[in-house]
Amino acid sequence: MATIGWTHQRLEQLRQTRAWRSIFRRGPARTNRTRSLAVFGNLGLHVLPVKVREKSLSVRATYYLGSISFFLFVVLTVTGILLMFYYHPAVPDAYRDMKDLIYVVSNGVFLRNLHRLAAQAMVVAVFWHMFHVFYRSGYKPPHEFNWVIGIGLLMVTLFLSYTGYLLPWDQLAFWAITVGTNIISYVPVLGRPIRFLLLGGHIIGQNALLRFYVLHCVILPLAAVVLIAVHFWRIQKDGGLTVRDDHD
Amino acid sequence: MTEKRSYEVGLGSDALRQPRRIVFITRKTSAKVKGEVGAQLMSFPHVILRESIAFQVLTIALVVLALFWDAPLEQLANPLLTPNPAKAPWYFLGLQELLHYFPPVLAGVLLPTLVVLALVVIPYFDVNIEGAPLWAHRSRRRLQIYLGVLAVLFVLLAIYDAWTVLVPTVLVGALALIPYFSPTSNSRFQKLLGSRTLPWWVMTWFIAVALTLTAVGTFFRGPGWSWVWPWS
Repeated sequence: MATIGWTHQRLEQLRQTRAWRSIFRRGPARTNRTRSLAVFGNLGLHVLPVKVREKSLSVRATYYLGSISFFLFVVLTVTGILLMFYYHPAVPDAYRDMKDLIYVVSNGVFLRNLHRLAAQAMVVAVFWHMFHVFYRSGYKPPHEFNWVIGIGLLMVTLFLSYTGYLLPWDQLAFWAITVGTNIISYVPVLGRPIRFLLLGGHIIGQNALLRFYVLHCVILPLAAVVLIAVHFWRIQKDGGLTVRDDHD
Repeated sequence: MTEKRSYEVGLGSDALRQPRRIVFITRKTSAKVKGEVGAQLMSFPHVILRESIAFQVLTIALVVLALFWDAPLEQLANPLLTPNPAKAPWYFLGLQELLHYFPPVLAGVLLPTLVVLALVVIPYFDVNIEGAPLWAHRSRRRLQIYLGVLAVLFVLLAIYDAWTVLVPTVLVGALALIPYFSPTSNSRFQKLLGSRTLPWWVMTWFIAVALTLTAVGTFFRGPGWSWVWPWS
Protein backbone atom coordinates (compact mmCIF):
# COMPACT_ATOMS: atom_id res chain seq x y z
CA MET A 1 0.00 0.00 0.00
CA ALA A 2 2.85 2.33 0.83
CA THR A 3 4.22 1.98 -2.71
CA ILE A 4 0.85 2.82 -4.20
CA GLY A 5 0.68 5.96 -2.09
CA TRP A 6 4.18 6.93 -3.15
CA THR A 7 3.43 6.32 -6.83
CA HIS A 8 0.22 8.29 -6.54
CA GLN A 9 2.10 11.21 -4.98
CA ARG A 10 4.76 11.22 -7.71
CA LEU A 11 2.01 11.09 -10.36
CA GLU A 12 0.30 14.07 -8.76
CA GLN A 13 3.60 15.97 -8.79
CA LEU A 14 4.11 15.05 -12.44
CA ARG A 15 0.65 16.40 -13.23
CA GLN A 16 1.56 19.74 -11.73
CA THR A 17 4.58 20.23 -13.99
CA ARG A 18 4.45 22.78 -16.78
CA ALA A 19 5.35 20.18 -19.41
CA TRP A 20 2.46 17.87 -18.41
CA ARG A 21 -0.05 20.70 -18.32
CA SER A 22 1.10 21.92 -21.74
CA ILE A 23 0.24 18.49 -23.15
CA PHE A 24 -3.02 17.80 -21.30
CA ARG A 25 -4.89 21.07 -21.05
CA ARG A 26 -7.17 19.86 -18.31
CA GLY A 27 -7.04 18.65 -14.75
CA PRO A 28 -7.28 15.01 -13.71
CA ALA A 29 -10.35 13.32 -15.21
CA ARG A 30 -12.44 13.24 -12.05
CA THR A 31 -15.40 15.41 -13.02
CA ASN A 32 -17.78 14.95 -15.94
CA ARG A 33 -16.37 18.12 -17.47
CA THR A 34 -12.75 16.98 -17.47
CA ARG A 35 -13.81 13.50 -18.55
CA SER A 36 -15.58 15.03 -21.55
CA LEU A 37 -12.44 17.05 -22.29
CA ALA A 38 -10.39 13.84 -22.12
CA VAL A 39 -12.38 12.54 -25.09
CA PHE A 40 -13.00 15.52 -27.34
CA GLY A 41 -9.72 17.22 -26.50
CA ASN A 42 -7.83 14.21 -27.84
CA LEU A 43 -7.21 13.79 -31.57
CA GLY A 44 -7.45 10.01 -31.40
CA LEU A 45 -10.45 9.78 -29.10
CA HIS A 46 -12.58 12.64 -30.36
CA VAL A 47 -14.27 10.47 -32.98
CA LEU A 48 -15.89 8.61 -30.06
CA PRO A 49 -19.01 9.88 -28.30
CA VAL A 50 -18.44 11.56 -24.94
CA LYS A 51 -21.25 9.56 -23.36
CA VAL A 52 -22.51 6.09 -24.20
CA ARG A 53 -25.56 4.13 -23.13
CA GLU A 54 -24.73 1.71 -20.37
CA LYS A 55 -26.59 -1.09 -22.17
CA SER A 56 -24.43 -0.73 -25.28
CA LEU A 57 -21.39 -1.63 -23.18
CA SER A 58 -22.66 -5.05 -22.18
CA VAL A 59 -20.78 -7.90 -23.82
CA ARG A 60 -23.95 -9.39 -25.32
CA ALA A 61 -24.83 -6.13 -27.08
CA THR A 62 -21.79 -6.25 -29.37
CA TYR A 63 -19.39 -9.02 -28.31
CA TYR A 64 -16.90 -6.20 -28.97
CA LEU A 65 -16.75 -7.50 -32.55
CA GLY A 66 -16.24 -4.06 -34.10
CA SER A 67 -13.52 -3.25 -31.61
CA ILE A 68 -11.90 -6.64 -32.15
CA SER A 69 -11.89 -6.08 -35.93
CA PHE A 70 -10.19 -2.73 -35.35
CA PHE A 71 -7.68 -4.17 -32.86
CA LEU A 72 -6.78 -6.89 -35.35
CA PHE A 73 -6.20 -4.15 -37.92
CA VAL A 74 -3.83 -2.45 -35.45
CA VAL A 75 -1.95 -5.72 -34.80
CA LEU A 76 -1.76 -6.30 -38.57
CA THR A 77 -0.38 -2.78 -39.16
CA VAL A 78 2.35 -3.21 -36.54
CA THR A 79 3.40 -6.74 -37.57
CA GLY A 80 3.04 -5.76 -41.25
CA ILE A 81 5.42 -2.82 -40.91
CA LEU A 82 7.94 -5.08 -39.12
CA LEU A 83 7.61 -7.68 -41.90
CA MET A 84 8.25 -4.97 -44.52
CA PHE A 85 11.76 -4.55 -43.09
CA TYR A 86 12.55 -8.12 -44.18
CA TYR A 87 10.69 -8.27 -47.49
CA HIS A 88 11.53 -7.57 -51.14
CA PRO A 89 8.58 -7.57 -53.56
CA ALA A 90 10.60 -9.37 -56.24
CA VAL A 91 10.69 -12.80 -57.88
CA PRO A 92 12.12 -15.01 -56.39
CA ASP A 93 13.58 -12.86 -53.53
CA ALA A 94 10.16 -12.73 -51.88
CA TYR A 95 10.21 -16.48 -51.30
CA ARG A 96 13.82 -16.37 -50.01
CA ASP A 97 12.72 -13.70 -47.55
CA MET A 98 10.11 -16.16 -46.21
CA LYS A 99 12.88 -18.72 -45.70
CA ASP A 100 15.00 -16.03 -44.03
CA LEU A 101 12.10 -15.23 -41.69
CA ILE A 102 11.99 -18.89 -40.71
CA TYR A 103 15.70 -19.68 -40.44
CA VAL A 104 17.60 -16.38 -40.01
CA VAL A 105 15.50 -13.56 -38.52
CA SER A 106 15.08 -13.59 -34.73
CA ASN A 107 11.44 -14.38 -33.96
CA GLY A 108 10.74 -14.23 -37.70
CA VAL A 109 8.44 -17.26 -37.56
CA PHE A 110 6.50 -15.74 -34.68
CA LEU A 111 6.14 -12.44 -36.53
CA ARG A 112 4.82 -14.14 -39.67
CA ASN A 113 2.52 -16.43 -37.67
CA LEU A 114 1.08 -13.44 -35.82
CA HIS A 115 0.43 -11.54 -39.07
CA ARG A 116 -1.15 -14.51 -40.84
CA LEU A 117 -3.25 -15.46 -37.83
CA ALA A 118 -4.51 -11.91 -37.26
CA ALA A 119 -5.34 -11.65 -40.97
CA GLN A 120 -7.53 -14.77 -40.93
CA ALA A 121 -9.08 -13.66 -37.64
CA MET A 122 -9.90 -10.23 -39.08
CA VAL A 123 -11.84 -11.72 -41.99
CA VAL A 124 -13.83 -13.84 -39.53
CA ALA A 125 -14.33 -10.93 -37.10
CA VAL A 126 -15.53 -8.53 -39.80
CA PHE A 127 -18.04 -11.06 -41.19
CA TRP A 128 -19.27 -11.95 -37.70
CA HIS A 129 -19.55 -8.24 -36.85
CA MET A 130 -21.73 -7.66 -39.91
CA PHE A 131 -24.05 -10.58 -39.18
CA HIS A 132 -24.31 -9.60 -35.51
CA VAL A 133 -25.19 -6.00 -36.42
CA PHE A 134 -27.82 -7.33 -38.81
CA TYR A 135 -29.44 -9.60 -36.21
CA ARG A 136 -29.40 -6.77 -33.65
CA SER A 137 -31.14 -4.49 -36.23
CA GLY A 138 -28.18 -2.14 -36.00
CA TYR A 139 -28.51 -1.27 -39.72
CA LYS A 140 -31.89 0.41 -39.30
CA PRO A 141 -32.36 4.18 -39.45
CA PRO A 142 -30.51 6.33 -38.51
CA HIS A 143 -27.59 3.94 -39.05
CA GLU A 144 -28.21 3.18 -42.77
CA PHE A 145 -25.16 4.99 -44.08
CA ASN A 146 -22.83 3.50 -41.48
CA TRP A 147 -23.98 0.05 -42.58
CA VAL A 148 -22.97 0.94 -46.15
CA ILE A 149 -19.56 2.15 -44.90
CA GLY A 150 -19.31 -1.20 -43.11
CA ILE A 151 -19.91 -3.09 -46.37
CA GLY A 152 -17.09 -1.00 -47.86
CA LEU A 153 -14.86 -2.03 -44.96
CA LEU A 154 -15.76 -5.69 -45.55
CA MET A 155 -14.68 -5.33 -49.18
CA VAL A 156 -11.42 -3.61 -48.19
CA THR A 157 -10.72 -6.33 -45.59
CA LEU A 158 -11.24 -9.12 -48.13
CA PHE A 159 -9.10 -7.36 -50.71
CA LEU A 160 -6.37 -6.68 -48.12
CA SER A 161 -6.32 -10.35 -47.21
CA TYR A 162 -6.37 -11.41 -50.84
CA THR A 163 -3.48 -9.13 -51.94
CA GLY A 164 -1.44 -10.30 -48.95
CA TYR A 165 -2.01 -13.89 -49.98
CA LEU A 166 0.31 -13.54 -53.01
CA LEU A 167 3.25 -11.95 -51.21
CA PRO A 168 5.03 -15.13 -49.88
CA TRP A 169 5.33 -16.23 -53.54
CA ASP A 170 4.96 -19.94 -52.80
CA GLN A 171 2.77 -22.48 -54.61
CA LEU A 172 -0.17 -21.79 -52.29
CA ALA A 173 0.00 -18.04 -52.99
CA PHE A 174 0.55 -18.33 -56.74
CA TRP A 175 -2.30 -20.72 -57.48
CA ALA A 176 -4.80 -19.10 -55.11
CA ILE A 177 -4.27 -15.80 -56.92
CA THR A 178 -4.47 -17.60 -60.28
CA VAL A 179 -7.88 -19.04 -59.38
CA GLY A 180 -9.11 -15.66 -58.09
CA THR A 181 -7.93 -13.52 -60.98
CA ASN A 182 -9.31 -16.02 -63.49
CA ILE A 183 -12.77 -15.30 -62.05
CA ILE A 184 -12.24 -11.58 -62.82
CA SER A 185 -11.70 -12.34 -66.50
CA TYR A 186 -15.28 -13.70 -66.69
CA VAL A 187 -16.66 -10.18 -66.20
CA PRO A 188 -18.27 -9.26 -69.53
CA VAL A 189 -16.26 -6.79 -71.68
CA LEU A 190 -14.28 -5.27 -68.77
CA GLY A 191 -12.96 -8.56 -67.36
CA ARG A 192 -9.70 -8.84 -69.26
CA PRO A 193 -8.75 -5.14 -68.98
CA ILE A 194 -9.38 -5.24 -65.20
CA ARG A 195 -7.26 -8.37 -64.85
CA PHE A 196 -4.51 -6.76 -66.93
CA LEU A 197 -4.62 -3.63 -64.76
CA LEU A 198 -4.46 -5.67 -61.54
CA LEU A 199 -1.62 -7.94 -62.67
CA GLY A 200 0.36 -5.44 -64.76
CA GLY A 201 0.35 -8.00 -67.57
CA HIS A 202 -1.29 -11.20 -68.73
CA ILE A 203 0.46 -13.52 -66.28
CA ILE A 204 1.12 -13.50 -62.55
CA GLY A 205 4.77 -12.48 -62.43
CA GLN A 206 7.06 -9.75 -61.16
CA ASN A 207 4.64 -6.93 -62.08
CA ALA A 208 1.71 -8.60 -60.35
CA LEU A 209 3.74 -9.12 -57.19
CA LEU A 210 4.76 -5.44 -57.12
CA ARG A 211 1.18 -4.25 -57.71
CA PHE A 212 -0.22 -6.52 -55.03
CA TYR A 213 2.53 -5.33 -52.68
CA VAL A 214 1.71 -1.64 -53.21
CA LEU A 215 -2.03 -2.33 -52.88
CA HIS A 216 -1.47 -4.40 -49.75
CA CYS A 217 0.96 -2.06 -47.96
CA VAL A 218 -0.14 1.43 -49.06
CA ILE A 219 -3.40 1.90 -50.94
CA LEU A 220 -5.73 -0.53 -49.14
CA PRO A 221 -4.49 0.25 -45.58
CA LEU A 222 -5.01 3.97 -46.30
CA ALA A 223 -8.51 3.27 -47.59
CA ALA A 224 -9.17 1.18 -44.49
CA VAL A 225 -7.98 3.92 -42.12
CA VAL A 226 -10.23 6.51 -43.76
CA LEU A 227 -13.27 4.21 -43.75
CA ILE A 228 -12.64 3.10 -40.15
CA ALA A 229 -12.43 6.73 -39.03
CA VAL A 230 -15.72 7.56 -40.78
CA HIS A 231 -17.31 4.36 -39.40
CA PHE A 232 -16.41 5.22 -35.78
CA TRP A 233 -17.31 8.89 -36.16
CA ARG A 234 -20.70 8.08 -37.64
CA ILE A 235 -21.57 5.98 -34.56
CA GLN A 236 -21.39 9.19 -32.56
CA LYS A 237 -23.13 11.33 -35.20
CA ASP A 238 -25.95 8.78 -35.54
CA GLY A 239 -26.67 8.92 -31.82
CA GLY A 240 -24.76 5.94 -30.46
CA LEU A 241 -25.11 2.20 -30.88
CA THR A 242 -28.54 0.65 -31.21
CA VAL A 243 -29.70 -0.80 -27.92
CA ARG A 244 -32.77 -2.86 -27.32
CA ASP A 245 -35.28 -1.99 -24.65
CA ASP A 246 -36.38 -5.61 -24.34
CA HIS A 247 -34.34 -8.42 -22.85
CA ASP A 248 -34.00 -11.02 -25.56
CA MET B 1 -61.99 7.84 -18.78
CA THR B 2 -61.02 10.32 -21.49
CA GLU B 3 -60.48 9.42 -25.10
CA LYS B 4 -57.03 7.98 -25.76
CA ARG B 5 -54.62 10.47 -27.30
CA SER B 6 -52.91 9.56 -30.58
CA TYR B 7 -49.54 10.66 -29.12
CA GLU B 8 -47.74 10.50 -25.82
CA VAL B 9 -46.00 13.35 -24.06
CA GLY B 10 -42.82 12.86 -22.10
CA LEU B 11 -40.88 15.52 -20.19
CA GLY B 12 -37.31 15.06 -19.02
CA SER B 13 -36.80 17.32 -16.03
CA ASP B 14 -33.40 16.25 -14.73
CA ALA B 15 -31.44 19.19 -16.17
CA LEU B 16 -28.23 18.07 -14.48
CA ARG B 17 -28.20 14.86 -16.47
CA GLN B 18 -29.52 15.96 -19.83
CA PRO B 19 -30.82 19.08 -21.50
CA ARG B 20 -34.54 19.67 -21.00
CA ARG B 21 -36.52 18.12 -23.78
CA ILE B 22 -40.13 17.50 -24.71
CA VAL B 23 -40.89 14.48 -26.84
CA PHE B 24 -44.00 13.84 -28.86
CA ILE B 25 -44.22 10.22 -29.85
CA THR B 26 -47.00 9.64 -32.35
CA ARG B 27 -47.99 6.15 -33.35
CA LYS B 28 -46.38 4.50 -36.38
CA THR B 29 -43.28 6.57 -36.08
CA SER B 30 -39.87 5.71 -37.49
CA ALA B 31 -37.27 3.98 -35.35
CA LYS B 32 -35.36 7.28 -35.16
CA VAL B 33 -37.69 8.69 -32.53
CA LYS B 34 -37.23 6.23 -29.76
CA GLY B 35 -36.99 7.01 -26.11
CA GLU B 36 -33.66 6.83 -24.35
CA VAL B 37 -32.91 3.34 -23.15
CA GLY B 38 -31.34 3.24 -19.72
CA ALA B 39 -28.57 5.25 -18.16
CA GLN B 40 -25.55 6.80 -19.84
CA LEU B 41 -21.90 6.56 -18.87
CA MET B 42 -18.92 8.77 -19.64
CA SER B 43 -16.77 7.27 -22.41
CA PHE B 44 -13.71 8.17 -20.38
CA PRO B 45 -12.97 6.03 -18.41
CA HIS B 46 -15.76 3.45 -18.94
CA VAL B 47 -15.35 2.74 -22.68
CA ILE B 48 -11.59 3.29 -22.74
CA LEU B 49 -11.06 0.83 -19.87
CA ARG B 50 -13.22 -1.91 -21.42
CA GLU B 51 -11.63 -1.48 -24.84
CA SER B 52 -8.15 -1.64 -23.30
CA ILE B 53 -9.00 -4.91 -21.57
CA ALA B 54 -10.50 -6.32 -24.78
CA PHE B 55 -7.35 -5.33 -26.68
CA GLN B 56 -5.09 -6.99 -24.12
CA VAL B 57 -7.10 -10.22 -24.01
CA LEU B 58 -7.08 -10.36 -27.82
CA THR B 59 -3.33 -9.71 -28.03
CA ILE B 60 -2.56 -12.40 -25.45
CA ALA B 61 -4.77 -14.91 -27.28
CA LEU B 62 -3.09 -14.09 -30.62
CA VAL B 63 0.41 -14.40 -29.14
CA VAL B 64 -0.35 -17.78 -27.53
CA LEU B 65 -1.85 -19.10 -30.79
CA ALA B 66 1.04 -17.75 -32.87
CA LEU B 67 3.47 -19.65 -30.65
CA PHE B 68 1.84 -23.01 -31.37
CA TRP B 69 0.43 -22.62 -34.89
CA ASP B 70 2.69 -22.14 -37.91
CA ALA B 71 1.76 -20.17 -41.00
CA PRO B 72 1.86 -22.45 -44.06
CA LEU B 73 4.68 -22.13 -46.58
CA GLU B 74 4.90 -24.40 -49.61
CA GLN B 75 7.50 -24.72 -52.39
CA LEU B 76 8.58 -21.76 -54.50
CA ALA B 77 5.85 -20.66 -56.92
CA ASN B 78 6.06 -22.63 -60.15
CA PRO B 79 3.71 -21.66 -63.02
CA LEU B 80 4.44 -24.98 -64.74
CA LEU B 81 3.33 -27.15 -61.82
CA THR B 82 -0.42 -26.83 -61.23
CA PRO B 83 -1.61 -28.37 -57.97
CA ASN B 84 -4.83 -30.37 -58.17
CA PRO B 85 -7.11 -28.89 -56.96
CA ALA B 86 -5.87 -25.29 -57.08
CA LYS B 87 -7.80 -23.54 -54.32
CA ALA B 88 -8.48 -19.85 -53.67
CA PRO B 89 -8.17 -18.43 -50.09
CA TRP B 90 -10.79 -20.04 -47.82
CA TYR B 91 -13.19 -17.07 -47.85
CA PHE B 92 -13.49 -17.41 -51.64
CA LEU B 93 -13.95 -21.20 -51.60
CA GLY B 94 -17.74 -20.79 -51.39
CA LEU B 95 -17.50 -18.86 -54.66
CA GLN B 96 -15.26 -21.54 -56.16
CA GLU B 97 -17.79 -24.18 -55.12
CA LEU B 98 -20.52 -22.17 -56.90
CA LEU B 99 -18.33 -22.02 -60.02
CA HIS B 100 -18.33 -25.80 -60.00
CA TYR B 101 -22.10 -25.84 -60.65
CA PHE B 102 -23.00 -22.67 -62.49
CA PRO B 103 -21.66 -20.92 -65.61
CA PRO B 104 -18.76 -18.57 -64.71
CA VAL B 105 -20.60 -15.33 -65.55
CA LEU B 106 -23.44 -16.31 -63.21
CA ALA B 107 -21.42 -17.73 -60.29
CA GLY B 108 -18.29 -15.59 -60.55
CA VAL B 109 -19.73 -12.22 -61.50
CA LEU B 110 -23.51 -11.91 -61.28
CA LEU B 111 -24.16 -13.62 -57.93
CA PRO B 112 -21.33 -11.89 -55.95
CA THR B 113 -22.37 -8.51 -57.40
CA LEU B 114 -25.99 -9.14 -56.46
CA VAL B 115 -24.99 -10.19 -52.92
CA VAL B 116 -22.97 -7.00 -52.38
CA LEU B 117 -25.77 -4.85 -53.84
CA ALA B 118 -28.32 -6.63 -51.65
CA LEU B 119 -26.19 -5.99 -48.55
CA VAL B 120 -25.84 -2.30 -49.43
CA VAL B 121 -29.56 -1.70 -49.93
CA ILE B 122 -30.72 -3.64 -46.83
CA PRO B 123 -31.19 -0.56 -44.59
CA TYR B 124 -33.10 1.37 -47.29
CA PHE B 125 -35.97 -1.11 -47.31
CA ASP B 126 -37.51 -0.09 -43.99
CA VAL B 127 -40.92 -1.56 -44.73
CA ASN B 128 -41.04 -3.59 -41.52
CA ILE B 129 -39.95 -1.18 -38.79
CA GLU B 130 -42.21 -2.75 -36.21
CA GLY B 131 -40.48 -6.09 -36.76
CA ALA B 132 -43.62 -8.10 -37.44
CA PRO B 133 -42.99 -11.86 -37.79
CA LEU B 134 -43.05 -13.47 -41.23
CA TRP B 135 -46.52 -15.04 -40.85
CA ALA B 136 -48.16 -12.24 -38.81
CA HIS B 137 -50.20 -10.58 -41.59
CA ARG B 138 -51.94 -11.98 -44.67
CA SER B 139 -50.34 -15.30 -43.91
CA ARG B 140 -52.23 -17.32 -46.58
CA ARG B 141 -51.16 -14.97 -49.39
CA ARG B 142 -47.63 -14.94 -48.02
CA LEU B 143 -47.52 -18.72 -47.90
CA GLN B 144 -48.45 -18.91 -51.59
CA ILE B 145 -45.67 -16.49 -52.57
CA TYR B 146 -43.22 -18.19 -50.23
CA LEU B 147 -43.89 -21.68 -51.60
CA GLY B 148 -43.73 -20.33 -55.16
CA VAL B 149 -40.29 -18.75 -54.60
CA LEU B 150 -39.07 -21.88 -52.84
CA ALA B 151 -40.27 -24.11 -55.70
CA VAL B 152 -38.57 -21.93 -58.34
CA LEU B 153 -35.31 -22.00 -56.32
CA PHE B 154 -35.62 -25.76 -55.88
CA VAL B 155 -36.10 -26.39 -59.61
CA LEU B 156 -33.26 -24.03 -60.62
CA LEU B 157 -30.83 -25.61 -58.17
CA ALA B 158 -31.91 -29.12 -59.15
CA ILE B 159 -31.37 -28.37 -62.86
CA TYR B 160 -27.79 -27.36 -62.14
CA ASP B 161 -27.29 -30.27 -59.68
CA ALA B 162 -26.18 -27.69 -57.11
CA TRP B 163 -27.09 -29.81 -54.12
CA THR B 164 -24.63 -28.13 -51.69
CA VAL B 165 -26.84 -25.05 -52.16
CA LEU B 166 -30.03 -27.06 -52.30
CA VAL B 167 -29.64 -28.81 -48.94
CA PRO B 168 -29.26 -25.69 -46.74
CA THR B 169 -31.98 -23.94 -48.80
CA VAL B 170 -34.47 -26.74 -48.14
CA LEU B 171 -33.52 -26.97 -44.45
CA VAL B 172 -33.92 -23.24 -43.75
CA GLY B 173 -36.99 -23.12 -45.99
CA ALA B 174 -38.62 -25.90 -43.95
CA LEU B 175 -37.66 -24.27 -40.63
CA ALA B 176 -39.43 -21.07 -41.67
CA LEU B 177 -42.62 -23.06 -42.38
CA ILE B 178 -42.81 -24.60 -38.89
CA PRO B 179 -44.35 -21.50 -37.21
CA TYR B 180 -46.96 -21.25 -40.01
CA PHE B 181 -48.32 -24.72 -39.37
CA SER B 182 -48.08 -24.68 -35.58
CA PRO B 183 -48.44 -21.03 -34.59
CA THR B 184 -49.41 -21.75 -30.99
CA SER B 185 -46.67 -23.91 -29.62
CA ASN B 186 -45.21 -23.65 -26.18
CA SER B 187 -41.69 -24.83 -26.90
CA ARG B 188 -39.09 -22.06 -26.65
CA PHE B 189 -37.49 -23.00 -29.96
CA GLN B 190 -40.79 -22.71 -31.83
CA LYS B 191 -41.61 -19.41 -30.16
CA LEU B 192 -38.21 -18.12 -31.33
CA LEU B 193 -38.90 -19.27 -34.90
CA GLY B 194 -42.37 -17.75 -34.80
CA SER B 195 -41.10 -14.30 -33.85
CA ARG B 196 -38.61 -14.00 -36.73
CA THR B 197 -39.10 -11.49 -39.56
CA LEU B 198 -38.70 -12.02 -43.29
CA PRO B 199 -35.28 -10.25 -43.44
CA TRP B 200 -34.12 -12.52 -40.60
CA TRP B 201 -35.03 -15.62 -42.59
CA VAL B 202 -33.39 -14.33 -45.76
CA MET B 203 -30.15 -13.52 -43.94
CA THR B 204 -30.17 -16.85 -42.09
CA TRP B 205 -30.66 -18.65 -45.40
CA PHE B 206 -27.77 -16.68 -46.91
CA ILE B 207 -25.45 -17.49 -43.98
CA ALA B 208 -26.44 -21.18 -44.03
CA VAL B 209 -25.67 -21.43 -47.75
CA ALA B 210 -22.42 -19.44 -47.47
CA LEU B 211 -21.19 -21.56 -44.53
CA THR B 212 -22.07 -24.84 -46.26
CA LEU B 213 -20.37 -23.83 -49.51
CA THR B 214 -17.24 -22.58 -47.72
CA ALA B 215 -16.99 -25.69 -45.55
CA VAL B 216 -17.50 -28.03 -48.51
CA GLY B 217 -15.00 -26.12 -50.65
CA THR B 218 -12.43 -26.11 -47.85
CA PHE B 219 -12.66 -29.65 -46.49
CA PHE B 220 -14.55 -31.88 -48.92
CA ARG B 221 -13.07 -31.09 -52.31
CA GLY B 222 -10.12 -32.96 -53.82
CA PRO B 223 -8.55 -33.56 -57.25
CA GLY B 224 -10.75 -32.33 -60.10
CA TRP B 225 -13.08 -30.78 -57.50
CA SER B 226 -14.36 -34.28 -56.70
CA TRP B 227 -15.90 -35.11 -53.33
CA VAL B 228 -13.38 -36.36 -50.75
CA TRP B 229 -13.68 -37.04 -47.03
CA PRO B 230 -11.23 -34.92 -45.04
CA TRP B 231 -10.24 -37.90 -42.85
CA SER B 232 -9.49 -40.37 -45.64
